[in-house]
Amino acid sequence: MSEHMTSHAEAYRSGRALGLQPLKLGMWLFLASEVMFFGGLISAFLHYKVNNPSTEGALLDVPLVGVNTFVLLTSSFTVVLGLSAIRQGDRRGLVRFLAATVLLGVAFLGGQAYEFVSLYGHGVTLNGSLFGSTFFTLTGFHGLHVLIGLIWALSTLYGALRGRYAADRYEGVEVFGLYWHFVDVVWIVLFTIIYLV
Amino acid sequence: MPKPSLAGRLPSWTRYLWWNTDHKVIGLQYIVTTFIFFLLGGLMAMLIRAELLRPGFDLMNGAEYDRLFTNHGSVMLFLWIIPVLAGFGNYLIPLMIGARDMAFPRLNALSFWLIPPAGLLMLASFFVGGAEAGWTAYVPLSIRGPDGQTLWAISVVILGMSSILGAINFVTTVFTMRAEGMTIWRLPLFVWGILATSLLVLTATPVLAAGLILVAMDRLFGTLFFSVAAGGDPVLWQNIFWFYSHPAVYIMVLPAMGIISEVIPVFARKPLFGYKPIAMSSMAISVLGLTVWAHHMFTSGMDPRLRIPYMISSMVIAVPTGVKFFSWLATMWDGKLRINTPMLFAMGFMSLFVIGGITGIFLASIPIDLHVHDSYFVVAHLHYVLFGGSVSAVYAGLYYWFPKITGRMYDERLGIVHFVLNFLGTSLAYLPQFEAGLLGMPRRVADYADQFTTLNALSSVGAFLLGISTLPFLYNAIVSWATGPKAAANPWRALTLEWTTSSPPPAENFEDIPVVSSGPYDFGQTPAVSPAATPAGGS
Repeated sequence: MSEHMTSHAEAYRSGRALGLQPLKLGMWLFLASEVMFFGGLISAFLHYKVNNPSTEGALLDVPLVGVNTFVLLTSSFTVVLGLSAIRQGDRRGLVRFLAATVLLGVAFLGGQAYEFVSLYGHGVTLNGSLFGSTFFTLTGFHGLHVLIGLIWALSTLYGALRGRYAADRYEGVEVFGLYWHFVDVVWIVLFTIIYLV
Repeated sequence: MPKPSLAGRLPSWTRYLWWNTDHKVIGLQYIVTTFIFFLLGGLMAMLIRAELLRPGFDLMNGAEYDRLFTNHGSVMLFLWIIPVLAGFGNYLIPLMIGARDMAFPRLNALSFWLIPPAGLLMLASFFVGGAEAGWTAYVPLSIRGPDGQTLWAISVVILGMSSILGAINFVTTVFTMRAEGMTIWRLPLFVWGILATSLLVLTATPVLAAGLILVAMDRLFGTLFFSVAAGGDPVLWQNIFWFYSHPAVYIMVLPAMGIISEVIPVFARKPLFGYKPIAMSSMAISVLGLTVWAHHMFTSGMDPRLRIPYMISSMVIAVPTGVKFFSWLATMWDGKLRINTPMLFAMGFMSLFVIGGITGIFLASIPIDLHVHDSYFVVAHLHYVLFGGSVSAVYAGLYYWFPKITGRMYDERLGIVHFVLNFLGTSLAYLPQFEAGLLGMPRRVADYADQFTTLNALSSVGAFLLGISTLPFLYNAIVSWATGPKAAANPWRALTLEWTTSSPPPAENFEDIPVVSSGPYDFGQTPAVSPAATPAGGS
């Protein structure tokens, strides 16, 4: 059995002739499917925004969400810093930057919750109007992705604290980073089409 | 024989009932589970055809009939054809590319284990009012229907997740796990078919999931996406649905065509004609397939100017499909044909699918479509493609790889009986539906005008024949699996890698990972030995 495992590992490595790491390729493919998922939600949003414009869009608090967008962008930056730290073998740096990512992610979700509550205060609700339905569904699904990312970040942080990553072993951080950057990029698209256009 | 299971004390077959990460176990779990759903979906079809045997409401009322055809369609598409082909992919891809397993074995097990609960959820919908909106779940029907519709939507989302996870695994496996010498242009065409399908699953299935989530939210949380009163647009659903569901036809057909491409050269004893064109045509179909969806909506009030490009792109798909057909014919041409059951089903596939394909061109043509839209012509077309096409190919594959999977040979005579009944049943069941449709019989109605009685009676008899045709197959599969003669490693003298290992393959597939030095269909060009010219040793 162990012989098999050894030759398995070799075959595994020889199969990487293209320079593709399975975990990363798998993550990219998953993100491609996520792009299409958000594409479906976004096209529903845009369809109604163009063909059924609503005045409720004026109630959106663009400065608040602008700050929130900055918070999320910063959290992507801290993931990059964490990755570059562990590449140099700096485990404590990784822990610090992952912790910062978690805090920034929580801050983003907090900002989103505040925004949702104040919109409800203005009478914009999930089932009150077409605008409310499309807005809360789209931003809500993004928020759900941030929440999943946060759980993942916490588990990566736990792994970092337990010394799971090292200068030559950081694929887990990289793959988490791909997901987190994706969530960030989606938000930039959403911020543009919902708040700016 | 299979090695003892992890527990050691349990008999080895029990590993098929539990979480297991061996791709061969998972592949078989897929195939057997989905076949059970196939039988269930077939039973529903029998009931539908029994109701339609004569005009009038004989056995059920309209709502019960709606539930039956909705679940028949959904079970057959989402719980049979799509996952059974994924099952073949699971079993075969690592073997065909010379790998010990899939890239993500645990994810693979998860993909399978999402299916039984989703299937039960779909069937459970029967008990809470039932999904009645058809497999297309058009709004506002699917918003207004009883609670079963919600379960239905959730079930399809879960099955979609299973497909997406499977597709991620397939693509990653093919790109990172190939044995030495297994270049892209030596991949068996079934692998190409799975690759092209996975591409579609990754792009189209998430969009369906998004749409179904919107429907479920309208139903559960009172959102207004499809509420016309609030300004919602039912055609949005049709766009989302067909953006997935037209490519879904190719998801259901491309791996099936891959199976045909495996079977034909082996039983014609000739190199495959046009390997690269066939491989590329799969990719072309999947890319083109994403651009044709609105041909399902010619009658939905779309801008008439938009119809033309959709008509053209739909018709263009006939070109890569034709490339495959003529390549298969050229492969058989002057070949030394061996007419075993897999080859019979492959030829059955070609003769039946071509009818489904050509009537697809009819339907893509705007004036014809306006005339026969929502008629039995569409039902006949769809069943020729999916039953005459995909199911025939699945049977071809089941017979072809039966010795590899079970280690035993099936009974050839019973196989031929199965094929004859199946072929006649398909033709009898679906050919009259073309005429009924052209004469104006609408689909999805339990009752019909008297003038359609003969055509419907013929169709029903054909459907019952199809039901009966399953019996020799089941008997053959079960008895041969238990007591059939032992199969050699390579009973068909095929050249793809799965035949270089024992039947059934050992744990981790190969004693030594093969090194590939020739193509998968190079019959007569290399000595008739295995393509694994040299073992990998310990490089």
